[in-house]
Amino acid sequence: METVWFAIVAAMLAIYIVLDGFDFGVGILHRFVARTNQERRVVLAAIGPVWDGNEVWLIAAGGVLFMAFPKVYATAFSGFYLALMIVLWLLILRGVAIEFRGHFDNPLWREFWDTVFSVASGLLAIVFGAALGNLVRGVPLDETGLPGMALFTNFWPGQYPGLFDWYTLLVGLFACIALAGHGAIYLDWRTTGPVQERSHQAARRIWLGMVPLWVLVTVATVAVQPEIFTHLLSRWWSMLFILLTCGSFAAVFYFHNQNRPLAAFLSSSLYLLGLSATTLIGHFPHWLRSTINPEFSLTASNSISAQYGVQVALAWWAFGMLLTCGYFVYLFYSMRDKVDSDNLHGH
Amino acid sequence: MAEALIWHRLQFAFSVTFHYLFPQLTMGLALLIVIFKSLALSLGNERYNETARFWARIFALNFAMGVVTGIPLEFQFGTNWSRFSAYAGEVVGQTLAMEGVFAFFLESTFLGLFLFGEKRLGPRGHLAVAASLAVGSWLSGYFIIVTNAFMQHPMGHAVGEDGILHIASFRDYLLNPWGLWQFAHNMSASVVTAAFVVSSVGAYWALMGYHREQAAICLRAGVIAGMIAILLVAFPTGDQQGKMVAEHQPVTLAAMEGLFEGGPYAELAIIGQPDVAQRKLQNPITVPGVLSFLIYGTFGSTVKGLNDFPEDQWPDNIELLYYSYHIMVGLGTVLTLVMGVASLLLWRGTLLQTRPMLWVLMLSFPFPYIATTAGWWTAELGRQPWIIHGLMRTADAGSLQVNPGDVVFTLLGFVGLYLLLGMVFVLQFVKLVNNGPVAHE
Ligand code: HDD
Ligand code: HEM
Ligand code: HEM
Repeated sequence: METVWFAIVAAMLAIYIVLDGFDFGVGILHRFVARTNQERRVVLAAIGPVWDGNEVWLIAAGGVLFMAFPKVYATAFSGFYLALMIVLWLLILRGVAIEFRGHFDNPLWREFWDTVFSVASGLLAIVFGAALGNLVRGVPLDETGLPGMALFTNFWPGQYPGLFDWYTLLVGLFACIALAGHGAIYLDWRTTGPVQERSHQAARRIWLGMVPLWVLVTVATVAVQPEIFTHLLSRWWSMLFILLTCGSFAAVFYFHNQNRPLAAFLSSSLYLLGLSATTLIGHFPHWLRSTINPEFSLTASNSISAQYGVQVALAWWAFGMLLTCGYFVYLFYSMRDKVDSDNLHGH
Repeated sequence: MAEALIWHRLQFAFSVTFHYLFPQLTMGLALLIVIFKSLALSLGNERYNETARFWARIFALNFAMGVVTGIPLEFQFGTNWSRFSAYAGEVVGQTLAMEGVFAFFLESTFLGLFLFGEKRLGPRGHLAVAASLAVGSWLSGYFIIVTNAFMQHPMGHAVGEDGILHIASFRDYLLNPWGLWQFAHNMSASVVTAAFVVSSVGAYWALMGYHREQAAICLRAGVIAGMIAILLVAFPTGDQQGKMVAEHQPVTLAAMEGLFEGGPYAELAIIGQPDVAQRKLQNPITVPGVLSFLIYGTFGSTVKGLNDFPEDQWPDNIELLYYSYHIMVGLGTVLTLVMGVASLLLWRGTLLQTRPMLWVLMLSFPFPYIATTAGWWTAELGRQPWIIHGLMRTADAGSLQVNPGDVVFTLLGFVGLYLLLGMVFVLQFVKLVNNGPVAHE
């Protein structure tokens, strides 16, 4: 059961990264690829109907983690107190910026919320990346749990690291660039005219820039947490995910050059999915890895809820996901046309 | 820890109170939007569609606020109440996860379709989407209330050998009778809020002479829905809530009523100030026997007073609890009167000409908000000193690992951010109302 629920939470998180990932990317790029108010409205309309649904993957994943692994939820959330409060602030600001900007026809008002939207999106990508970095590197769990973690100590991953050190910041930077690339390809697919052209070019540069950065992050991960790779090597099927990740990375370039933005977007989604899945497979069975003593680590098997609860939950979860996939397919299908300035309705 | 607890509590109380200002409107409004859309379809009257579109814009603004203020609550169970989460997570996590999977996905995807897809979906499709949106928002109310009902009156759980709670019967947990009545009461109250807001905007337009047809539509719908809902709030739902509190949380009831000395022919206090140190109600106006009658149906029944319980079982803020409860019930009476007179005028066809009544309707929209907030404070303060009634004390629930100073800091942050957002929200609300039902784009 614990393996199933680990996989479920991991899958929901990976889907969240793919879906809200392009919203973050669009946010990061928004001020650069769209210059006039009209263009910015087009960009926002491209994520307007979906961003909230995308964000629900985070809330739902959180809820499922709470239900299946309450100990992990309690320990991680109280230990990461300050980091999560930063996340909350940024999520709040991003959400209201999208809703608020259109309500007053005043250039300064719009400029303000556009900037809030961009900055919040960029910082969120970095903080989420750093959070993943913390899971991989490990946290100072002791026998009492996870003492409230400092935002930073000496910026070095060691026994008592802070939330931000060179490694987690590097992962954060990589996340920020990768999501910007994902967002650029999304805009390339969903828009027309100058916004599309700029996104197309931006996508090319960002994805090229990701090549060395990805190598760097991989090497750094080998140095900081080699166990991830020994785990991956010992599970033969993880090769499938590694192949998927590398293959879809190449496919992004291929379809991008061929000017097939939808195919490129699907590839970049698969890339993020593969990358997140590979990381979490390497991470399994750990949820929170102790830097102090492996015995204090929280793993799937020492934190899973009792049998009856998770069995019932499996039934409703499967049913709920079927419905949810239905809504998302319908939603994305019904907005498959490009947004252009003539069909901007709503806000 | 003793110092941290108060900050954890203040932070949760502040952020949940602020959050609930938004869903109480959206849940009720979702129902009214479905009504407007179905009337538009069956009467073929475009004015109803315009009205529905106007309220959809208000809905979207409130929804966005509801979403961004809801996420911090979900997080706080882990960040601030980690011992609660570790102890009860297997149980309450079920409904919090189900809320995400069944309600939030439905709501958020269908809101996108509702706002951006009217042309593509056609009138029937658009109505169906509106109905799904309403179902989603009511479901989300249900799941969160079941969670709260478990904390008020735990059902369907077992205490394991490991000392934490496990779920023992999923059915009993989901169909907690406390939760069913609480849901009914809370949703009726949410329709009251929406109905008052809709009539208030209608009254404003009518007084200003703007958008006459839509003003009339809003007033009619608002007053009819408001009248029905406010009656449901009092009876049977409020009455049943009170009976459940009396049965399962008798100390709470005594504190809500300010009843120190129990006994037969217990009196109902209409007015009076509780003085906890002297254990009496000062300057009271009471009606003998009525409290016994309301709870047990006969005047002579015995109701227990606070003096019948050890002080460590007493809710820890009796004064605030007493006033919250009396404000809720007092405002309930006032709101019933307002809607009663308005319904009478509507029935006689003179509501639109009766300017004083329109003024009253225009100005009374804050009161349902105050009543619902007071109601929640009653429920939450009344549950004290327990976080899960009879199982876990609030004092044992906070996160030990979090530095109290951090909580003070983040509470200040939430207060500042929410006050700013609240002001910006009000500006935009006013602007939308002034733009009126005819789309400006
Ligand atoms: C428009 C708002 C409104 C109005 C007019 C009333 N209520 Fe209420 N009441 C609520 C809005 C509300 C609420 C905010 O919705 C609460 C909080 C918890 C809940 O489920 O509903 C609530 C809770 C609540 C509780 C639960 C307290 C607890 O759990 O400890 C009781 C006993 C009552 N109500 C009783 C009444 C009675 C007898 C009313 C007579 C008119 C009444 N309420 C009017
Ligand atoms: C329905 C879901 C709700 C849940 C699960 C919930 C849960 C909680 C929790 C965990 C606490 C902190 C512990 C405590 O002090 O008891 C709390 C306190 C509080 N909540 Fe709720 N709450 C809910 C709804 C609400 C709403 C809608 C309001 C107000 C509008 C509210 C008002 C308060 C207040 C005022 C406190 C502080 C009580 C005190 O510190 O004594 N709650 N609630
Ligand atoms: C009486 C209590 C509550 C009710 C009836 C309620 C209802 C709702 C509704 C209807 C929404 C949708 C947004 C909107 O319509 O504004 C919402 C949003 C939300 N609520 Fe609450 N809520 C309550 C209290 C709480 C509590 C205590 C929590 C914390 C666990 C919470 C967590 C959330 C979250 C995370 C969202 C955002 C969902 C999204 O992204 O779509 N709510 N709530």
